[in-house]
Order: sequence, then structure tokens, then C-alpha cells
Amino acid sequence: MSKTDFPLSIDSRPVYGVFEMRAGKHHLMIADAEGAEALLDLATAAPADLWAKTHIIYIPKTTGKKYLGKLQALSPDQFYAGPSYEAAKQRIADTFSKAHMGLQVYLAGTEGLMGQAMYAATSAGIPHTAIQTEHRGSTARRMQCVHCKGITEDVTHDPFICSHCGLNLFVRDHYSRRMAAFQGVCIDAEDPGNVPKSVGLFK
Amino acid sequence: MSAGTAKLNVTVAEVKPINDLVTRFKFIRTDGGELPTFSGGAHTVVEMQDDGFTRLNPYSLMSDPADRDAYMISVRRDDQGRGGSKFMHSKVAEGLEMVISNPVNLFSLDLRAKKHLMIAGGIGITPFMAQMQQLAATNGHFELHYSVRTASLGSYAEQLSERFPNRVNIYHDDLGQAIDLENLLIGQPLGTHIYICGPKGMIDWVRGKAAALGWPREAIHYEEFLAPASGKPFEVRLAISNKTIQVGENQSLLEALEANDVDAPYLCRGGACGQCETAVVECDGELIHRDHWLSDEQHRAGKLIMPCVSRFDGKTLVLDR
Amino acid sequence: MTIQFNDETFRDDFSFKNSPAAIKRFPFPFHEDSYMYSVNLEPHTKTRPGSPFEFAFDVDEHYVSEMKDRAVTLADDPLRCQSLPHMTLAGWDLLEYIMEAKARDYPDLFSLTKDGNIWHWENKPLEIDQTFIFLDESTLPYGPMEYITRQTQGDFALLDQRDDNLWLDAGMITSQADWSLDFNVGMNFFEWHAPVPKANEMGIFVRALKFLLNLQQGAPARRLNWTMTVNPLLDTSPENYHKWGPMKTGLTIENIGSKQYLRVELQTLFRLPRSNAIAFPIRAYLCRFEDLMTVPKWGRRLHRVLRDIPDELATYKGFIDNKPLMLEYLSRFDDGAPTSDGIWPDEA
Repeated sequence: MSKTDFPLSIDSRPVYGVFEMRAGKHHLMIADAEGAEALLDLATAAPADLWAKTHIIYIPKTTGKKYLGKLQALSPDQFYAGPSYEAAKQRIADTFSKAHMGLQVYLAGTEGLMGQAMYAATSAGIPHTAIQTEHRGSTARRMQCVHCKGITEDVTHDPFICSHCGLNLFVRDHYSRRMAAFQGVCIDAEDPGNVPKSVGLFK
Repeated sequence: MSAGTAKLNVTVAEVKPINDLVTRFKFIRTDGGELPTFSGGAHTVVEMQDDGFTRLNPYSLMSDPADRDAYMISVRRDDQGRGGSKFMHSKVAEGLEMVISNPVNLFSLDLRAKKHLMIAGGIGITPFMAQMQQLAATNGHFELHYSVRTASLGSYAEQLSERFPNRVNIYHDDLGQAIDLENLLIGQPLGTHIYICGPKGMIDWVRGKAAALGWPREAIHYEEFLAPASGKPFEVRLAISNKTIQVGENQSLLEALEANDVDAPYLCRGGACGQCETAVVECDGELIHRDHWLSDEQHRAGKLIMPCVSRFDGKTLVLDR
Repeated sequence: MTIQFNDETFRDDFSFKNSPAAIKRFPFPFHEDSYMYSVNLEPHTKTRPGSPFEFAFDVDEHYVSEMKDRAVTLADDPLRCQSLPHMTLAGWDLLEYIMEAKARDYPDLFSLTKDGNIWHWENKPLEIDQTFIFLDESTLPYGPMEYITRQTQGDFALLDQRDDNLWLDAGMITSQADWSLDFNVGMNFFEWHAPVPKANEMGIFVRALKFLLNLQQGAPARRLNWTMTVNPLLDTSPENYHKWGPMKTGLTIENIGSKQYLRVELQTLFRLPRSNAIAFPIRAYLCRFEDLMTVPKWGRRLHRVLRDIPDELATYKGFIDNKPLMLEYLSRFDDGAPTSDGIWPDEA
């Protein structure tokens, strides 16, 4: 069961688990912020030779240097820490393009990071059900405005204002793996200007 | 929906022995029209009017799926079987009119695959012949590894090697040749799907090795048709239709249901697809489960039975049919 | 030509209208005086000549105008038509299925002649004359699915079958009941139905999926679904909800009969032979309340169905706010008399 307690939701909303060791000659771990803790927890149970077969891609976000030392101390075969998912994107694409069947993928941290890395992995041919995920840290959502298609990252309030077209959007649980985002839909279309008070739902 | 599948009336246009064990049959539509196209991996269920009762056996379609003039199947003679293959080998001749089902695919290609890796053993080659023709016509990336007992029993091995010289690898058991499975699997690019058709031992071997190497379950496809085994005759009471029927030694429970006009849906007739799943109302005796649809737990619980392949030994069996 | 095609619009001045013959053949979706979700699938076989169930793909008086409306929607938002790369073969399957069916069922409107893989397609109502090579995308102006669905009424979803599930991997969706292809493409059966209330807990989708996975070549199926639309809009997409949503607020007891439409979807399901995918055409029929009321049975029944429908369903279908007004209007057409079984008008 997930470490983060998410409310019961609909079938399109992703559910997250807890990492377990899987057989494989190569392991790719992609994490952001507190997602580092999921990797470190796995390390307590993992066989010693795991890290020599592992490539870690880590985006610290607001955690700064907090986990960097501990992750490096695992002595992974390859280690990368970068400023954003965008910055790591080419490295991730390159890793998948050179990989072979049997590669194990572990994604940890925020939903936005896991969702985007999941899309990269499935596009490379790994079934989404074979990819392990573990949610840690912020529950802020990556939202797509269904009207202008713009993405707003780290949404914490419902409703919120689309950062691109400016419409008042309510936060749905309906989720697209292809967009790696939840759906935002205009809340005051039938009564323009009548927008309920925005509530902080995600942290 | 109603039992079974939509039917096609066909005439046997050719009966061609391929080797000591395998014979190939060619069907054309009796009314002269075009046959439906199909997808590689599909089978058809052939109806055999054998000495007063109807036998329905599934066979993989091996012809080019885009060819609407004729279908081809290959049947391996099984002297230990209940007689379906013997019927095909001894009683089916050119000109015979038969009824077959529309194609049904329970072993289809995953068309997202960046590469299709096919592993065949013996007569398990037939679905791959259709799949390879489909992929060749659509620029698909595939590779076949085919194990045969001897060169003379290697149905279509030569023909395939000639047609696809760089994609077909043949292994002869009698020469001690075997697939180097571990290295084969390790080297496959991301996005490869494996397809296995052959004896149960081969399927288990490939699935086991792939799982140990970290291959995802969804990238491994296999087809194993169980032929229904013969067994002791038994009696069954049918709760819904209010009938008591006898299942003969060389008859499956599903065939007995059909012989008594009891509606029982089916697709594969080989314990794989789950269509004929039937609830057990009462059971005083032992259910002999032979399917690979129900889980071990469901087998133990004894609340369900797959009439296409499973049997019963005991005093009373009541089914929800 | 046997069909007189209307010159009409589904936007701006909304000049769409049904002829008396079109009203009479409207696929009214309620076979009894109440409604609840159900799988309600039946074989899609030739039934009732003249009805939308007569042929595999119904062509009616709205054909030409609906195709023009689709072209406008696509020009504005090409993402309404998408096909993931592995679905091209299913697109050819669909093209073949539709061309063969239309040429067979409407020989005065469409013709298909084949010389091996060189096919010649004539679509007289849309004045299209195309020679192309079957399975060669470069010989058509669009991909095969887009090409044929720009010439066929109704939305189309193509469902890939794998891992004991169905995947919404391609579609032409320009007249949908408020769902986004661009967002949903790639989802499995349970995911794309996730927002539908109640049906899931009723086990509807588990049963429907089991049925669909076993759908056979040569044995298509159909069902009716319905919703409500103010004005004869085809494009009730979420993308444009902020544009059409406000229309729902202008109803009065005086104008509801002419502005409120019952929107019925004839959903059909075909196993596609070459790809083993499933084609899922969703054909929408629109009829305004006052036209429906010309059939006394439908007036009585529509009132009773809407009166008894759970609020949750009315909310999901988007007409909860207008429900009291609808009932006020419809109650005038319900004298309490019994209604006959089935969806069709009583014979006079």
C-alpha cells in the first residue's frame, strides 16, 4: 500500500505502491525531492550488488542537498542530479533508447515527476503495470487545462486559475497517462463569474 | 450472446501430407465467395461429423491472413488422442463440405511491439506462419526461433528459411541443437514482445526464463491448446435445463452438452479462454480439472468447472446449465 | 438520389431540423417508462426497414451537413482525430468495413470497385472520387481512419485488444457527449469510463468488457445511450464547454420545446478482422422536445423517465439544473395513459 494516504478515487487515477526488489540485470531509478527516501528505504532491504547495476536520476527540487550525499553513498553505477525534469529528459530518453528487455524501472516522489517518467518508459515499450512507483512528498498536482491544453504544475488549490488561458478550472480526479496530468475543466461556464472559494486540497 | 461463433460453409479444396505426422488442409467457401480476412494467430473451430456425433476442434489458421480465397490449417496426427486428428487424417478428402467458425484470435500480436520474437516448437509453428505473413506485409520487425525433432519432421522449416532467410532460425533436436535462450532474451531491445507456441514444457521454460530475467508479464504471449483428454464416462445433472446427460469416454463434457442441445458458449475449446466456465451446484466426487483458465485456488474450491477439457469422477455432479 | 440531404447547421444559427420522416424513425431510447444503466447489448442485425437499425452504417438526411460540421471542427482542433501508431491497420480495417457496407447498402450513393489492391471509391453525396492503393497510406489524403470517418456520420473509437482489456488507441471524436479524445486516448476500458457514476459499482463495466473481449467477427452488437443538449450542437466537447455551457442557461417554458434536444447515441461494436481491434461507432441523433411530442407515446414516456431519474444521473448527464423546467413542459404531454412496450411509435 502507498506510503501516502490518498482518498478513494476513480479508476483512471493512478495508485502508487511501495518498492520491492525485482529480478533484472539493469535498474533505472528516477526520483524527485522526498522520493529519495523511497530509494534509501529500498537500500535497507536490497542485496548489496543492486547498486552496481543501477542508474539513479534525481531532481532534488526544494530539498536541495538534503539527500544528495546519502544517495551517492549507495555507489550506484551511474548517478545524475539535475535541476528539473526538463533538464533530465534527454538523459532519460537516451537511457531508454539503449536499454534491453529486463530493465527494471523505479519512480519515486511527486505525481508530476512519476507521471512524466512513466510516459517516457511506456513510450519506450515498458508496460505501465511493470513499472514500480512510490509516492513521497508533495501531493500537488500537475494539471492540464482541457480548453487551452496548457499544463499548470504543482496545483495545490481547487478551483484554480489556468496559468495559460486564465479560465477558472476545477480539479478532476480523471487522469491521463499520456498527458501525465489530471484534467482541469471550467467551473463557471454555465454561470460566468460564479466561482466557489478556492480550497487548499493538496500540499 | 448465443453459444459458439458465426459459421462458414466451406469445401475442402486440397489435402496435402507434409510429413509422416502432419497434413495440411485447404478450405474454400462452398458458395464461391470470399472468406473473411483475419489477424495472425487466429484459429478456426472445425466441425467434424464423426460417426453420429459432432466433434469441434480448434486449429490455427496458417495461411496469409489477407488471402480471401482460401484458409489453410495443419493437423498433426495424434494416435493417443480422442480421434479428432485421426478423423481429419483419415476421413477428410478433397471435395468434402464442412462447417468452420469465423476466425477467433486468442493469440494476437501486440502491434505496439518494436520487435516480435517468436518461439515455436513442432506443430506450434502454424499460428506464426500467419503472423509472419501479416508482419511481412506491414513492415513489422520479427524473428523466429523454431525447434523441430528432425529435419524431416520440421514442418515448413525449409520453406520459411527460404522466404525469410535472415529472420528464421531452425533448431534440430536430433542434432543436439537448442535455442540459447538466456542470451537470446538478454539481447532484446526494449519494446520486444515474445510469443511462444509449442509443447507445455517449452512454454514453461521460456516463461520461467523470461520472468527470471525481469521481463514483464505483458510482453510474454503464449498459446497452449489442450486437447480434451479421454476418461471414464460419467453422468451429469443440469439444473437449468433439467436434464441428465451422459458424457462418453471419448467425448468432452462440452461436447456432451452440445449433443443434448444445451446452450454452452465457447471460443477456444481448449481450457484457455474462459468462455464455457460453468458453476458447480452440487458435487459428490472429484472434479478433474485440466484447464489453465481457473486458478489453483478455484480448482481446489470446486465451485467452477471448464467443460471443454475437465471431467468428473464420482457419484453426483450437478451443473448450473 | 433516394435521400434528400438537408442544408443545415449545427452551430451559429442552428438551422438543423428533422423532417417528419426523420422524426418517425428517430431511435427513441426508452423501451419502458423508466431508465437505469444497463449493458443492454443486442446483435446489430438488419431490423425494421427504414429505421437506423436497417444497415450497418445508417446514412440519413443530415449526412452532408454533418460532414461539413465535422470538417469545421477538425480545422479548428485537429486533435479531435488521433490514431496511435499501432492502430493504422485497424484504420484500414474500418475503411474496408465501411466502404464495403455502404457500397452494398446504398448502391445509388456509394460505389467501391477493386482491382487487386487498387481500389476505386465513389461517394456521390460528397462528390468524392478516389482511386487509392489499399494498405498504402501515401495514396490517401488522410490516414485511413480519418479518411473514411470524414465521410461517415457519427464518432468512431478504435479499441485495441490486449492484456484482457480494451484500449482506446484511436478515434474520430467531433460530436461527443462531453469527453475529450485528446485526454482519453491510450486509456483502458475502466479508465476511460472512470468518470461515469454508479455504473462501476453496479459491475456494469466488468460485464460489458467481458462481452466485448469475446465479440466475434461477423457478429456485431449495438446499444442505445442518450443525453440532453440545448440547441442542436454536435460539438459538445469539454474543449469547448466554456463556449456551449452558457447556452444551457437560456431556457424558458416558452422556448424549451424548440431549444431542448434529446440526444441519442446508437453505439455499435464490430470486431475488425485484420487487426483484431474493435470498432466502436457512436452515432448521435438529435430531436427537439416539440418534435418528440408529436408522438404521444414518447411524450408520456419521456416525462415519466425524467421524473423518476436519480439526481446523480441527471447531474452526470448535465441537465440537473434544467430538470424542473423539462418536467414542467413534459407533464403537459402525459395524461397518465398506459404506454406500449418498445421504442417505436404506435401504428396509427
